[in-house]
Amino acid sequence: MIALLLRDLRLAIRAGGGFGLGLAFFLIVTVLVPFGVGPEGQTLAKIAPGILWVGALLACLLSLDRIFALDFEDGSLDLLATAPIPLEAVVTMKAAAHWLTTGLPLVVAAPVFGVLLNLQGEGFYWLTVSLALGTPALSVIGTFGAALTVGLKRGGLLLSLLVLPLYVPTLIFGAEAVRRGTEGMETGVPLLLLGGITAAAVALLPFASAAAIRVNLR
Amino acid sequence: MSIWEYANPKKFMQTSAWALPWVTGLACVALVGGLVWGFFFTPDDYKQGSTVKIIYIHVPSAMMAINAWVMMLVASLIWIIRRHHVSALAAKAAAPIGMTMTLIALFTGAIWGQPMWGTWWEWEPRLTAFLILFLFYLGYIALWEAVDDPDTAADLTSVLCLVGSVFALLSRYAVNFWNQGLHQGASLSVDSQENVADVFWYPLLVCMAGFVLLFVTLVLIRTRTEIRARRLKALEARERMA
Repeated sequence: MIALLLRDLRLAIRAGGGFGLGLAFFLIVTVLVPFGVGPEGQTLAKIAPGILWVGALLACLLSLDRIFALDFEDGSLDLLATAPIPLEAVVTMKAAAHWLTTGLPLVVAAPVFGVLLNLQGEGFYWLTVSLALGTPALSVIGTFGAALTVGLKRGGLLLSLLVLPLYVPTLIFGAEAVRRGTEGMETGVPLLLLGGITAAAVALLPFASAAAIRVNLR
Repeated sequence: MSIWEYANPKKFMQTSAWALPWVTGLACVALVGGLVWGFFFTPDDYKQGSTVKIIYIHVPSAMMAINAWVMMLVASLIWIIRRHHVSALAAKAAAPIGMTMTLIALFTGAIWGQPMWGTWWEWEPRLTAFLILFLFYLGYIALWEAVDDPDTAADLTSVLCLVGSVFALLSRYAVNFWNQGLHQGASLSVDSQENVADVFWYPLLVCMAGFVLLFVTLVLIRTRTEIRARRLKALEARERMA
């Protein structure tokens, strides 16, 4: 399992394009928003938590179709499916690799981008915490979507359509936690719910993803 | 004699061919009766005037939008557990109908909301939850269309339906948490404390029965079409082989 994780990480970093692409996309979204809504600091500060979360979510979405596509094309997904470790574990490792290459950089970079959007005071702390809690769920849910569409031509667009409604609860609780944090309110409830979603998704969705892959490889 | 016999396409076609005219007739009677009763023979509401009458379309369609998904969930479970093809096809057949019901509910809601709340759309829990439900339908239908092999498609969409149901529930409560809104609470419940007045209630009940029957009719027709399409495909495949 560890070997698989390392392999995926190496592939992501060395193959170019995948790693850092999400981050660049996140930056683009953050930069574009002030052009769209105007440079007033107050407006930006008000919408910053939501924009940052939406940006992170879209950046995650961008790299989802790479999770299985390459392995499916060159046949290594078949090998992984027949490997001595359960397919559920393979899927979990794939999701973990996706999180490490996309989610984690987002968590680290988000506060920096928060400066661009005039995020206020406590917001930086809560943004990091909520993203750290929420992005694993995004990766796992996205892996499920990728598993559903792995065999399809032009699955990328369909993938976004399938995954977006599944992302809604995570987005709501994540952005809500940051918003409350920025305004100095209690953040416990949304953070707990966010953590709950992540925990449940990590625990259950790999089974659904593995089932989808088995169907697709049949 | 068990209910699983109806999973045999031939048996299903026979039974549904027999039942279809009856269900269709009942649906027509209930719909026409309920709507005419509701539109022409009930008084205007003292606060909302005649706009209240949109309730006879809005509430039943919203109800069916959710029930159609529940039916798809049950059919998907049956497909996964017992692999009955009719079940998978019925789920496929129900999806566009459910999507249409969702759209009707959203549109009639907008038409109703404009004079009542002064806005066509409000980011409000119930409305938003329905919009998300609409997205779920879109994704489900798109996945059916995207996969070529029917059995693979049935498997994948079933898994999507199961996972989607969990997330649809989750979204429903998440949006509640996110924003408390304008939409009134449930106007229909078994304990009649907060029900709408009886004058509106009885025709509404008839309309709801009409929508249920309409849904059953449409699902039967579409499922029959799906089965015939499947047979056609099998025949064509046999032709090519010969």
